[in-house]
Amino acid sequence: MKVTSFHFMPHRELPEDFDTRYRSAWIDAPWWELADPERVGEYYDWSIDELMLAAKMGFDGLGTNEHHQNAYGFMCNPNLFGAILAKLTRDQGLSPAIVQLGATISSTAPPIRIAEEYAVLDCLSGGRLIAGVPLGLGCDADISYGVTPITQRERWREALELMLKAWTTDDFFAWNGKYFQLPRVNLWPRPIQDPHPPILVPGAASSSTWDYCFEHDFPYCFLSYFGGRSAENVMDRFWARAAENGRDENPYRAGFLQLVGVADTDAQAFEDFSQHVEYFYHKCLHLPPEYIAPPGYMDYKSLVNLFTSGMLEYSDFTVDLKPLSAKDMIEKGFAVVGSVATVREQLAAIAKRLNIGHLMTVLQFGSMPHDLAMRNIEQFGQEVLPQLQPIWQDKGWENSWWPVAAKA
Amino acid sequence: MAPPAVETVSVKHCDFEAKVKVGGSGPPLVYLHTAGGPMWDGFLDVLAEEHTVYAPDHPGTGDTARDSIHGVDTLWDLILIYDELLASLELSSVPIVGSSFGGMMACELAAHKPERISKMVLLDPIGLWRDDAPVTPYMIVPQQDLPSTLFHNMDAKPVQDFLTMPTDPQELGMRIAESVWALGTTGKFVWPIPDKGLKKRMHRITAPTLIIWGRHDRLISSVYAQEFADRIADARVEIIEEAGHVPQWEALETVGPLVTQFLSG
Repeated sequence: MKVTSFHFMPHRELPEDFDTRYRSAWIDAPWWELADPERVGEYYDWSIDELMLAAKMGFDGLGTNEHHQNAYGFMCNPNLFGAILAKLTRDQGLSPAIVQLGATISSTAPPIRIAEEYAVLDCLSGGRLIAGVPLGLGCDADISYGVTPITQRERWREALELMLKAWTTDDFFAWNGKYFQLPRVNLWPRPIQDPHPPILVPGAASSSTWDYCFEHDFPYCFLSYFGGRSAENVMDRFWARAAENGRDENPYRAGFLQLVGVADTDAQAFEDFSQHVEYFYHKCLHLPPEYIAPPGYMDYKSLVNLFTSGMLEYSDFTVDLKPLSAKDMIEKGFAVVGSVATVREQLAAIAKRLNIGHLMTVLQFGSMPHDLAMRNIEQFGQEVLPQLQPIWQDKGWENSWWPVAAKA
Repeated sequence: MAPPAVETVSVKHCDFEAKVKVGGSGPPLVYLHTAGGPMWDGFLDVLAEEHTVYAPDHPGTGDTARDSIHGVDTLWDLILIYDELLASLELSSVPIVGSSFGGMMACELAAHKPERISKMVLLDPIGLWRDDAPVTPYMIVPQQDLPSTLFHNMDAKPVQDFLTMPTDPQELGMRIAESVWALGTTGKFVWPIPDKGLKKRMHRITAPTLIIWGRHDRLISSVYAQEFADRIADARVEIIEEAGHVPQWEALETVGPLVTQFLSG
């Protein structure tokens, strides 16, 4: 299994009453009341150090993503951070995959800007880029960046098609699209990986996105914050749909995201991480559903599915997080928190039950301070990671969606 | 009255198969519905007493194909669809009534071909923008706040009927899905700021216009009534005291006669 250290780069010091004082951690959290630029400079610096420690500890990949106007995580352009990581790992003789999960091509105009930046990362890292192509949350793409919700999915498809063509066509071409028009495309630079860096599609359980992945043979990463148990239903449907679309059960078709806190004992882990679990779910995920998917964001078929098939009870965002304590959330498996043995066992069980070959671990979350994050990454790297990486090795599946040049 | 008939009209522009609810009798009248989707309500019953009401469904809503909205790329496309639709229906000089999103579209049609619209009634239309009175971003208002954003007079029967949800879960689910999709399909032409150049085109409108606005409209402030009136040569404003964004439901007994008298005068 390929294990990535994924970082949101959150605000780590939100006030106690944050989630009652403001409507949401997105859009409505006022920078001028909540943040200090010099302190934020430290958050960025710590986050990069935490990812670089993960590289030294032998993680397969380093992951970053894009969000806007929020306190949950504000790497506004993940490629700024990917570039730093590509350069630092190269200098230090480390070669994890640079997992951009990623830049939002649907809200970047023109999207060849992302094709260029991704190509820079691939060149600079010696061909270690994974090109994530998120659709983008409604609050990011539609509200913060003004994209019309009902056009977002079409824009995303067109942008991805344009990016792939710009990377792979050894000729000049004109792009006369519905959303983007470019008279003469001749992309500089272009990626090392041939024909192009592996694509990875992150998502929140939309069946339209799955069908797109199966059609194009792209892997999918389910970005849930609610743990392996709540993902069982979703991933079972994912694999059933894969079979209907004639795709095999290769676990590398699927990824999953998991918050993790490890310590010497279960009790110690609870003491170390419980307040940061609560902070993450109560403050960072303070996000109303109308911000996630404004009308038009979901296509009609998915809407009908969501509201009439009882699917809603399995949908992450129906969980009311506010009354849940850290203990509840750890018991429900939202966050995997415990001793080395507990964490190993739970993560291995999740990987096998969900049949996933790409695990995105989040080892700094919420208010977790830098020193604890570093300790968490180090202990996970030493005592858990080596147990997880061999999963699937005996099954003989080929992972054609991982950069050849990337080595843990 | 009897439920309206649905007429199908093939529109060449965007290959759109239009669906038009047709009800009542008398001279023709066009009604354009709100962002919430088409609905034959008590207000249309009043209009239908003296008119043959033609109420087209916005692309993607009502009886139209849900995905037809993806073929309508721009506001210009939508205006031309209505242009061809009214031509097909042989409505060459016709009064038009529009509520909210439908009010904006009525203005667009009246500005596009002024001679086609004989009279216009606007009910709390969207389409203009003032920084000091921003239109509420209704597409991202929490579900539970929508009623108080839309209505001032919650006791009015049409409002109560609208707020009464089906008890059958399947029916309820479909109703929610349809209303979310209707907001998405109309939102295509107003997101993220409902100011798409109408202010530059309104000087072309020649139709005598009645502008009706609920005093307590919390979605689009009633200060916009004068903004519309200032840009239309022959316009009159009527503020409805005990109403919000949907005065034709909240005060039908006042709005109904105002509109019918204006149309017959």
